[in-house]
Amino acid sequence: MSGQELGLAVAVFLACSVEAVEALTIVLAVGATRSWSSAFAGVGAATVVLAALVAGLGTALTALPISVLRVAVGGLLLVFGLQWLRKAILRASGLKAVHDEEAIFTEEAEAARAAALKQGAFDGYSFTVAFKGVLLEGLEVAFIVLTFGANQHHVGIAAAAAAVAVALVVAAGVAARAPLARVPENNLKFAVGIMLTCFGMFWGAEGAGASWPGGDAALLVLIPALALFSLTTVAILRRATGGVIEGVKA
Amino acid sequence: MTAIRRAALAVWDFVVGDDWRVALGVAAAIAVTALVADSTVAAWWVLPVAVVVLLLDSLRRAARR
Repeated sequence: MSGQELGLAVAVFLACSVEAVEALTIVLAVGATRSWSSAFAGVGAATVVLAALVAGLGTALTALPISVLRVAVGGLLLVFGLQWLRKAILRASGLKAVHDEEAIFTEEAEAARAAALKQGAFDGYSFTVAFKGVLLEGLEVAFIVLTFGANQHHVGIAAAAAAVAVALVVAAGVAARAPLARVPENNLKFAVGIMLTCFGMFWGAEGAGASWPGGDAALLVLIPALALFSLTTVAILRRATGGVIEGVKA
Repeated sequence: MTAIRRAALAVWDFVVGDDWRVALGVAAAIAVTALVADSTVAAWWVLPVAVVVLLLDSLRRAARR
């Protein structure tokens, strides 16, 4: 496995782990308070939609010329990566509240209890909330799988990394029978933001016609350099603002 | 709100996110990279510089709120 393929697998695995933790919290909340079978049906339906999206768009993307693909992929990864990194820096510096899975679970569970429950085998509320939760959390991962995978013609590796991450998170959730509040989500988001941004810079520049000094080895400089810059920014923001928390969710 | 408008807003929110200036800046930086790459000057440095500027600008505005 080459360095870029390993980077692809690690970035997809970490991104998918974070989103799977958030989706698991929503599914647990509606499943535990209303209907497990309807919640699982929602999860299954969302998974089918996401898999169809990856399979359909993956084939279409790999047919594009490599320079066009790299500009599009680089640009998208840069926009996504900067969003993830910006939020992670704001959270790490105390300017935005850290994602609290237990608080979100309580909020979702209260909303689920408050919604009217009709007698019968199928609960539309549980299905809809689980479907939307998994689809929305999974959509970004599907795009990361697609963009990374299509650019390196390894959608299979990216999809496998995503599947392993989901399996591990689900197994941990089943074992804990509770939201995974101890997962260091912000640290993972920090790492994913850095990797997406660096791969975005690398492929975006190559697609636009630039050549990196040292070729692929430039990534080994870009990643630690951006990590150092981001950590320094966190330290400066912490000192400058004293960390005023603005809200609970992203 | 029509379904088309809702879908368009969802796509905008998904792709552009909290700060539209970052998405615009990324598009502009890739265009500048292509222009510089067409000249005799090395173009690899444009995106790293753009990332630092865009990130700091976005964080500065978020911290002010």
